[in-house]
Amino acid sequence: MSGVIEASGLGKQYGRKWALRGCTLSIPTGRVVGLVGPNGAGKTTLLHLAVGLLSPSAGSISVLDGKPGDGPDQLAKVGFVAQDTPTYAGLSIKKHLRMGAYLNPNWDGDLAERRIEGLGLDPRQKAGSLSGGQRAQLALTLAIAKRPELLVLDEPVASLDPLARREFLQDLMTIVAEHGVSVVLSSHLTADLERVCDYVVVLFSSQVQVAGYVNDLLGSHHRLSGVRRDHGNLPADWVAIEESHTDKQSTLLVRTDGPILDPSWNVKPVTLDDLILAYMSQGRSPRPNQGRELGVLR
Amino acid sequence: MIRFTLMQSRASVLVGAIGLGVVAVVLAITGPHLAHVYDAFESSCKVARDCATAPNPVLNSDKALQSALPFIVAIVPALVGLFFGAPLIARELETGTFRLVWTQSVTRKRWLAAKLGLVGIVAMAIGGLLTWMADWWASPLDAVNQDRFGVANFSFHGIAPIGYAAFAFALGVTAGVLLRRTVPAMAVTGAGFAAARVAVTYWVRPNLASPVRESLPLSAGFGPGFLYGGSQGTMNFNAYIQSGVPTPGVGQVVLTAPQVNVPNGWVYSTTAVDKAGHAPTSHYVFQACPVLKQLFRGSQPPSAAQLQACITRLTSTFHTVVAYQPASRFWPLQWAEMGIFLAAALALCGFTYWWLRRRYA
Repeated sequence: MSGVIEASGLGKQYGRKWALRGCTLSIPTGRVVGLVGPNGAGKTTLLHLAVGLLSPSAGSISVLDGKPGDGPDQLAKVGFVAQDTPTYAGLSIKKHLRMGAYLNPNWDGDLAERRIEGLGLDPRQKAGSLSGGQRAQLALTLAIAKRPELLVLDEPVASLDPLARREFLQDLMTIVAEHGVSVVLSSHLTADLERVCDYVVVLFSSQVQVAGYVNDLLGSHHRLSGVRRDHGNLPADWVAIEESHTDKQSTLLVRTDGPILDPSWNVKPVTLDDLILAYMSQGRSPRPNQGRELGVLR
Repeated sequence: MIRFTLMQSRASVLVGAIGLGVVAVVLAITGPHLAHVYDAFESSCKVARDCATAPNPVLNSDKALQSALPFIVAIVPALVGLFFGAPLIARELETGTFRLVWTQSVTRKRWLAAKLGLVGIVAMAIGGLLTWMADWWASPLDAVNQDRFGVANFSFHGIAPIGYAAFAFALGVTAGVLLRRTVPAMAVTGAGFAAARVAVTYWVRPNLASPVRESLPLSAGFGPGFLYGGSQGTMNFNAYIQSGVPTPGVGQVVLTAPQVNVPNGWVYSTTAVDKAGHAPTSHYVFQACPVLKQLFRGSQPPSAAQLQACITRLTSTFHTVVAYQPASRFWPLQWAEMGIFLAAALALCGFTYWWLRRRYA
């Protein structure tokens, strides 16, 4: 089955600097996918490549079996909420909805009006006078009333206060449940993702570190502690993502598909937060990219 | 996309329309009066038989408006570039809304075509309508001045301002796309437009069509004169100093050709030359007119008859050549100038499309 986003060796170069490099991904359909990584990791670049705001310098990307941004049909299939949720400050909410109706063939005007009403917003209000949370909601409304098959959101909650953030994500989940739309959203806050995502992609320094279903990732990663052991003494099918050693003790975060049989290890489950942080710190040290292997496994 | 562009640019189009409306009202109120003054003079001077010599009172009516109107017609295309062109895309880039509009179900090509097409047509309409109104208002003045090619007239009449408005608009759009900031783009647009207008007026327009050359007897027009370089500087006698007349050195004299008046034409130069195209030497002039020596060296001035005699002597060898654009070339040159600016505007639009594709793709 072909995923909602298929990337192969995808890269984007600005001058000499690669904003994204060697990105091979297959993002499954019908999921809420979290793209996580620190600022500057290449999240926005990847999302812009997916919606057609950028075109690749290397490799290829297909979205819903089409070339991103290629023609009105492809554009109609993808809804996008850009970072900082840009809107026209001088235009009212009503005019934004009219813009949506003018520019999108599948526009669902009822849905848009219902949502604005449900949010308690005055349609005559200018977008420039909305709060950050309200503006994000307007941008989400525009993206969803377009009736896309894929909804892409770039750091939609980054500038929102915790309450607005929770409301926004709840709304997003409701939309996903109602419309069965695939969602890809980026964030540098793992807590947000834990709440809503069932698939994560970890980006660090322009490269994909790991990608997979949250449940699979949590099931195949373990935090182990026990008597100090050297790196070479670990079972062959273990991949140590993170390890720290004291004189007597070793603490590891390992990936393995099999069970942990050795009873001398103290085994603890990992949280998504732990896991993401471990992959990010791994990305900092020069080691082969293991994320890609896991991507192939999926 | 067309409806959305109209919605987005409604405010600026409205401001433009109001501005045009104000000018239209002012001109509509004062215009008939000016025409009336002109007609009244035409009929009274025919009775008095002094139409050619009596000062025309039209030149003294509505003087403030007379001097303001060319300024308004000159500045409006620049304003169109500043306020319609520069923000058109720069503001989208500046505020990030390009990421909103480029991800609606409209390709960037159509988006750009609608914006450039619609707002560009509005810009050109503003330039054209304003000039058309100014043309109508100033027609009595033009009938008196007979100087449609004058620097202060040619650019403010006809259809060239449509090209100026289109060019200023496209320049604003391009500057906005390159600089990604509205205010710097406005500054660049203003400076660039002024530079282009000056360059075309002084360097391109004179070379658009080679002038008609006509030979006249030296005694035609207002009469020839002499230009003499003395130790006190240059003095001229019965002469109009024309461009292209060499400045005489100390003790030298130059024969200046008579000024030739071509109604509604554009005189490039008038020169006094012999059959081979050479101007008379200082030595030759002094020989033909020894009376000039007395004049320039401070003795008694020569009489009119003496001067006439010397000019008659020079006329047998020398004649006037006048190079000019006749009045009939007004419209071809207007079309040419509009064409130049429209072509530049189109080139800028093409560049903008190419740049947006390259930079944001």
